[in-house]
Amino acid sequence: MKAIWIHGGHLVDPSCGIDAKRDLLVRDGRVAALDSPGKLHALAKKENAVEIDAAGMIVAPGLVDIHVHLREPGQSHKETIASGTLAAAAGGFTSVCAMPNTSPVNDSAEITRWMQAPERNASAHVFPIAAATQGSMGEIVNDYDTLKAAGAVAVSDDGKPVLHDDVMMECLSAAARVGLPVIQHAEDTRLTHGASMNAGALAFRLGLRGMTAEAESGIVERDIELLKKIAGSRAHLHIAHLSTASALEAVRRGKQAGLHVTCEIAPHHFALTEQAIGDYDTHAKMNPPLRSDEDRAALIESLLDGTVDAIATDHAPHAIHEKEQEFERAPNGITGLETALGLALRVLHQQHGMPLARVLALLSTQPATLLHLKKRGELSIGSYADVVLFQAKEEWQFRVAESKSKSKNSPFDGWTFPGRIQMTICEGKIVYQTRHQKIKRMRSK
Amino acid sequence: MSIHDTPKYMRTNAKIAEKKTPEKNYSPFHPGSALSVTHFTLDDVGCILEQSAKLESMPVHRRAQLYPKRRVALLFYESSTRTRTSFELAAKSLGMDTVLVSALSSSIEKGESLKDTGMTLRALGAECIILRHPNSGAPYLLAQATGLPILNAGDGIHEHPSQALLDLRTILSRLRRKNSALKHGLKITNRTLAGVTVTIVGDILHSRVARSNALLLPRLGARVLFCGPEALLPNAAAEIGPGVSIERNFECALAQSQVVMMLRIQRERLAGLDLDLEPYMEQYQLHTERLTASAPKALVLHPGPMIRGLEITSEVADGPNSAVLEQVHHGTAIRMALLGRALDTRPSKLKRPGKKQ
Repeated sequence: MKAIWIHGGHLVDPSCGIDAKRDLLVRDGRVAALDSPGKLHALAKKENAVEIDAAGMIVAPGLVDIHVHLREPGQSHKETIASGTLAAAAGGFTSVCAMPNTSPVNDSAEITRWMQAPERNASAHVFPIAAATQGSMGEIVNDYDTLKAAGAVAVSDDGKPVLHDDVMMECLSAAARVGLPVIQHAEDTRLTHGASMNAGALAFRLGLRGMTAEAESGIVERDIELLKKIAGSRAHLHIAHLSTASALEAVRRGKQAGLHVTCEIAPHHFALTEQAIGDYDTHAKMNPPLRSDEDRAALIESLLDGTVDAIATDHAPHAIHEKEQEFERAPNGITGLETALGLALRVLHQQHGMPLARVLALLSTQPATLLHLKKRGELSIGSYADVVLFQAKEEWQFRVAESKSKSKNSPFDGWTFPGRIQMTICEGKIVYQTRHQKIKRMRSK
Repeated sequence: MSIHDTPKYMRTNAKIAEKKTPEKNYSPFHPGSALSVTHFTLDDVGCILEQSAKLESMPVHRRAQLYPKRRVALLFYESSTRTRTSFELAAKSLGMDTVLVSALSSSIEKGESLKDTGMTLRALGAECIILRHPNSGAPYLLAQATGLPILNAGDGIHEHPSQALLDLRTILSRLRRKNSALKHGLKITNRTLAGVTVTIVGDILHSRVARSNALLLPRLGARVLFCGPEALLPNAAAEIGPGVSIERNFECALAQSQVVMMLRIQRERLAGLDLDLEPYMEQYQLHTERLTASAPKALVLHPGPMIRGLEITSEVADGPNSAVLEQVHHGTAIRMALLGRALDTRPSKLKRPGKKQ
């Protein structure tokens, strides 16, 4: 594999606080050298490196998404690992953590390994998240040791909660023993039967059954109580796609009590509210649902004040015919890998003044740390050469028809975003680039 | 029949309908649709009422020549007696050909999607589809998929626009008899129902009739009171729109009302909700003593089907205050007007806004 010399760019690495002009030399899939502009020229020449002119660009650690649905095995009409990771690369992501609600459910070492096999033809690194319980049925806790050995980075029954107190307790304890986080889909399904949007006045007007904020915060509070009982163990509770102010408050209190509880927020939850449903647009249907204005404001507030640990897309592809149904019958979820950086820059950076380095930390360094993805989400020497290059200010328009994902279920079709991605490099390999990107092979004289 | 032979009232209707075509905002729906009462302007409401009066008073044989052999499909995913019959008779009395497709005797049973069913009906020549469906918002999907005018004959627990219009027509015809001020001018304004309080009682949560009325009547100046226990009437219901509030005490609500609309408890939609009927009837049943004591002159409405002895007693249902059968009668006239409007309104020529390069 050729060495790559990225020069002239502005490097932002939240892991070590670098936010300056730096050149980068990549060799054998790792970051080999890092220095002030121009200083790596001789070395690059010697290595016969591929030259990438990053003038005017931000050079940052490849983004890390700890919550995606790649639909393989079993639902390849929606997405494959190849198409999903291609969408990831186009969105600047070099690592994605795949949820286990595949068909069959990924609750075995066999499927966990299958997902990581080179035959899957992935453009980004795939880290499987294994099912917390057998078949994600919420009853029998899986063997986490075996799953971890096969490459699972966390356990979760995502799409469903682990509802029973004793089972959840067992999950937390068992996961703590092997050092895996438990990711909870916080939804008290006993309270959300038949619901397809946020509860409240709009749900009443549209004649749709609503999910209350309590159905989310109730589970978060319950889980934090369970965590308290095993305080002192290595138990790590991570709340997936948190969407309400009240659940956020519960996480905040848990953190203040010194518990290892973390949470992620999906871009659509900080970018949209339930109003996006409009005339029953199924591209605004997801679980958890889009919430109220107050919830959205609280989410943004908590992203700014540091309560939230990561941004994760909950990329959930569905075929056109599945979404083209009656609102209540359509499946939950939207694609998100290609719009996450754009939404974060537009809403958090431009509209709410979050520094660029913080935005990138939430999209790379912090999520990598949460799931112990070592040497990812950073660009220090020796770390994986996962790099994203983008023009922070250049506006671009997202057109879902051109999406790399196999599915086109996005509510952001036609939206304009800052931060056009020019190139994505995964372990030293260029996995995505815009057509106009100039790459020169250095000639050694 | 050439255009010059077209009766004048038809031309008027077409002209009015055309004028009302939304010009500014792109809408993916055929403008002759009736998906939600919120899509009607007050002028639209006035036109529909006016047209329903015209069509109703027209000799039967002339009316039957208005839309000869025009094809209308009734697509019913839920059972229905009065709405289906009413739409069907309305269409037939205008000379239209109707075809009924119901969920249990069609390819819907085999898993055909709403979109495909709609497009098949369009390919068979249907110019308008009347849809009843158990999912809220389904008519929007059908309207988008087919581009045809869609008449919403009740979608889930969302809306029932033709019911609200016939309720309005019933209210106006009764109140006009009493109040001479209302006699003059058919023009519908935001003062037409000023000073009128309408109480809607019972299972508001599961009622599309309640929603359509609460979204329509206040725009004409009426005040709407929702009345019922919290399990059937969440507090959020009051936020449905301006002019709507909650009064849980039935007597208090009645004392303020000129119109009281009783609703059936929709057992099929209760979804695990445990409701004790005895105390419910104690508090919310409309019986003679209650009516005489609190609102002896109030007009009593019920969209049907009535469960006599539960939300309403037979004495009240058949009594002098009741306009239940008038409602059914007005229904046909309103539905004739809606069908005429659907077929006379030209589809919007506006294209989907072009995407910037």
